[in-house]
Amino acid sequence: MDVLTPTTLDEALRMKAERPDAVPIQGGTDVMVELNFDRARPAVLLNLNELAELRGWSRENGSIRLGAGLTYTEAMEAPLAEKLPALAEASRTVGGPQIRNRGTVGGNLGTASPAGDALPPLLIGDAVVELASIRGERTVPLNEFLTGPKRNALADDELILGARVRAAHGAQTFMKVGPRNAMVISVVSLALTVDRERDEVRAAFGSAGPVARLVSARLADLDGFPERVAAAASPIDDVRGSAAYRSHALSVLTARAVERCLQ
Amino acid sequence: MNAPARTLELGRVGESVKRVDAIPKVTGEFAYSSDLFAAGMLWGHTVRSPHAHALIEEVDISEAVGMAGVHAVLTHTDVPGAKAYGLEFADQPVLAIERVRYFGEPVAIVAAEHPEQARRAAERIRVAYEPLEPVVDPERATEQEPIHDGRPTAGHGFRDDPRPNVVRSIVIRHGDPDAQGEVTVSGVYELGIQDQAFLGPESGLAVPDGEGGVDVYVATQWLHVDRDQVAPCLGLDPEQVRIHLSGVGGAFGGREDLSMQIHASMLALHTNRPVKMVYNREESFVGHIHRHPAKIWMEHRAKRDGKLVNVRARILLDGGAYASSSAAVTANASAFACGPYAVENALVECACVYTNNPPCGAMRGFGAVQSCFAHEAQMDKLGAELGMDPVELRLRNALAPGDSLPTGQKITGSFPAAEVIRRAAALPIPEPEELPRDALRLPGGSGNTTRGEGVRRGVGFAVGFKNVCYSEGFDDSTAARVRLAASDDGIAAVVHCAAAEVGQGVVNVILQTARTELDLDEVVLGSATTSSVGSAGSASASRMTWMAAGAVQLACRAAKDELERRGGDLEHGETIDVERVYHHRPTTPLDRETGQVTGDGAHVAYICAAMRVVAEVDVELGLTRVVWIGTAQDVGKAVNPQAVYGQIEGGIAQGLGLALMEEIQTQDGLITNASFTDYLIPTTLDMPPVEAQLVEEPEPDAPYGVKGVGEPPTVVSTAAVASALRDATGRQLTRVPVRPDEIVGLP
Ligand SMILES: Cc1cc2nc3c(=O)[nH]c(=O)nc-3n(C[C@H](O)[C@H](O)[C@H](O)COP(=O)(O)OP(=O)(O)OC[C@H]3O[C@@H](n4cnc5c(N)ncnc54)[C@H](O)[C@@H]3O)c2cc1C
Repeated sequence: MDVLTPTTLDEALRMKAERPDAVPIQGGTDVMVELNFDRARPAVLLNLNELAELRGWSRENGSIRLGAGLTYTEAMEAPLAEKLPALAEASRTVGGPQIRNRGTVGGNLGTASPAGDALPPLLIGDAVVELASIRGERTVPLNEFLTGPKRNALADDELILGARVRAAHGAQTFMKVGPRNAMVISVVSLALTVDRERDEVRAAFGSAGPVARLVSARLADLDGFPERVAAAASPIDDVRGSAAYRSHALSVLTARAVERCLQ
Repeated sequence: MNAPARTLELGRVGESVKRVDAIPKVTGEFAYSSDLFAAGMLWGHTVRSPHAHALIEEVDISEAVGMAGVHAVLTHTDVPGAKAYGLEFADQPVLAIERVRYFGEPVAIVAAEHPEQARRAAERIRVAYEPLEPVVDPERATEQEPIHDGRPTAGHGFRDDPRPNVVRSIVIRHGDPDAQGEVTVSGVYELGIQDQAFLGPESGLAVPDGEGGVDVYVATQWLHVDRDQVAPCLGLDPEQVRIHLSGVGGAFGGREDLSMQIHASMLALHTNRPVKMVYNREESFVGHIHRHPAKIWMEHRAKRDGKLVNVRARILLDGGAYASSSAAVTANASAFACGPYAVENALVECACVYTNNPPCGAMRGFGAVQSCFAHEAQMDKLGAELGMDPVELRLRNALAPGDSLPTGQKITGSFPAAEVIRRAAALPIPEPEELPRDALRLPGGSGNTTRGEGVRRGVGFAVGFKNVCYSEGFDDSTAARVRLAASDDGIAAVVHCAAAEVGQGVVNVILQTARTELDLDEVVLGSATTSSVGSAGSASASRMTWMAAGAVQLACRAAKDELERRGGDLEHGETIDVERVYHHRPTTPLDRETGQVTGDGAHVAYICAAMRVVAEVDVELGLTRVVWIGTAQDVGKAVNPQAVYGQIEGGIAQGLGLALMEEIQTQDGLITNASFTDYLIPTTLDMPPVEAQLVEEPEPDAPYGVKGVGEPPTVVSTAAVASALRDATGRQLTRVPVRPDEIVGLP
């Protein structure tokens, strides 16, 4: 196995174009698990950890730009945590401290798991994913980027640069149900924001369908919203929980989140 | 929180002494069996069945044999001696012959220069299977095709049960099984499969001795019985197989059965090279037996005043594909089915069946956990029916010395059931915490799911008991050897005992006993190997403290006598070397038809504990936070109080895990959650602070009055946590682990 370590984004994109089979690795908290379990045997790893372009976050015309290499630990720190409270709360639920120090938002997008905890908070921020290749850059709305369980719209020669997200315009929260009180993959999760500027409530759930998904409503039209969110889900039975429970929990979470955010 | 502030380095019996292995374990310097290394060693790998039940049509090793770095590829035809082994019954093939009976059963083994070469070679072994319908429903197992030819467990003095796939069935008839009460409650209770989930996976190193024999360095619970199973399969004499205890990363019963011992030895003898084997986490889940899942029906008949009149129970245990220690687990589940209560009449029917599910055997609590969950749920139900305080109801029925168990065995030693109940009930429970509070202090924890919505508080109570030491005539002894020699400042001692240190702290028991008996600080621990000292018996059944203390005490006293005979001093170079074997009082079998004791009694002694649990439950989401646990435990005499508190807290965590989350899930016999991603064990956020009281009523027959302490916390905590959840939710919660679905009332 080769490991390529580019030091600039241009170099990285060239390498990816030359070796489209190269598997990008950022924090490695998903990639290394795949390797350890022998579920993947990539011929080439493309190590993105030296790319300054992917690090950190910035403000861009009223929205927030998150670098693909932003870690959960960084997302939990002020002032970013105040601009995107749901993402900060979601980050707190991810793994343990070691995983939060290594795991990244870009990696969560790359894996595109229905249980990815960064995804619901990004969805309620109307996130747009920034992709680049030697052919140029493009942006894809997150709901289009997520094409199926562990599938996304990334082309073979592309890398994720980051995501642009709408800052909170009102309260936000994130909740995650797991079979124990820490260190769990979500059985079902929910991010919700009350956007006063747009007069809208946006909710997004995880682990309750093939992809994390957004459901919105006008502020004046919140009757039955929890049931609508639950109805938008298409959960399955698996080792972590039953479909019936997931639907039930989703409506409870939504009702609580609405109340929390309207207070 | 209970641990005394100061611990000693060199203490005597009854003092809190720092564990000799504590610092190396915490700093990572301790060598576990997975850290073993020998120059020129090869790596072994096991080919396992992907089916729960199948015929093997062909095993084609031709491609694997020729691969780079590969030194051996062996199948059942290469097993040099007996083809099968087992703890009690030799029903388990060393490598599958013609048929596989469970998911993960070993079929072939490989040794290669590098673990990756071994793994790849294993992939090239082509096994042609013809899948058979697996027997997976224990309730139907006795009507289905037998999964073993003949009856591996028949003719061992067990009750004759002609139904197919019965490992053992027991009927205990006590008094008048038709006796009526004034109130009757009944229920059906279920427990899922729990795993020991030790952190150190199965691992070890086999080193050929160049003379046809082999030295096996391994993490195990019982060196001598490993040897007695390994040697016949290798076609060797017992002395040619030396088993050495290597660093054990947890056991909990899961290392009583063999795992890689015979396989690594076969590869080592075949290649004449040391061979190391280390299972990975996924493999570990199929590499050892688990706790028996159970379905239990119970009916309690009582007087209006709460006095129990009659307990009727039917218990079904799923033993999985091989017998392991199922027969003894069956006996425990039946003998303790009525709980630590005096009951004049009882009818207990218990059966353990073979299926193609994961094999089950010993796990901390050993049959008593399953029964306790059921009888304590019943006691809560009876209390509710009578409108009687649950503690009062239990006290009214508490078993005491002079009473008899349903097996007819009279309690003769210490049995402070009423005292542990009173002491646990008297522990003040914490006031409810104010809201708002940090999500970490609410059900759902870091998931941030509630700020108090839906949260109800409940208080649960449970009592349980079990036996110490093996039973039914299976009286294993413990040997200890003491060597005295002159040292610069007087006399120094070396103590050998083959007791397996599995994390429970027996090394300190040995040292503290020797220091006490010899009145000497200069005592060091000798190696635990089958070649240096006789058998210690198994580090299980809460027996090791009692038995090791007994053996070390005998050997030390003999050494001291000898020293006195020689005038109280030794010349330089002069030594005293004595070995003594300690036996507990003999036990005798149960009558095969009535389940009543014959002779002296089936058990040596009993240990009990009572527990009070405060839990908060989010009744809308079905999530739980156990807030506080208070317990009083009958320990006889605490040799090392700090270690006893440790055992109590760890044991509680394991029982709490079964109550709330720990379950091996299967589909048609295949394990679907063989990882720590999906087989969840409690984290520090799931485990509450524990307030523990030690009840020290010395056991008359035992050295210093000690009893065992490892199992009662696990026996009781599952039941006690479930009881608190019932109190909080008002639901029956008849199955553990309790699923959120059941708390929120989904079908
Ligand atoms: C113990 C443990 C606990 C965990 N707990 C959680 C949890 O609670 N919640 C949760 O959501 N996840 C959890 N995870 C999964 C994982 O930590 C997250 O998905 C994390 O966001 C992955 O980020 P990473 O940087 O480590 O990704 P990596 O492993 O480096 O990469 C993940 C995927 O994204 C691709 N990729 C990464 N960066 C780019 C890029 N810039 N361009 C294109 N593709 C890219 C990789 O090729 C790979 O396919 C856990 C993992 C472990 C091991």
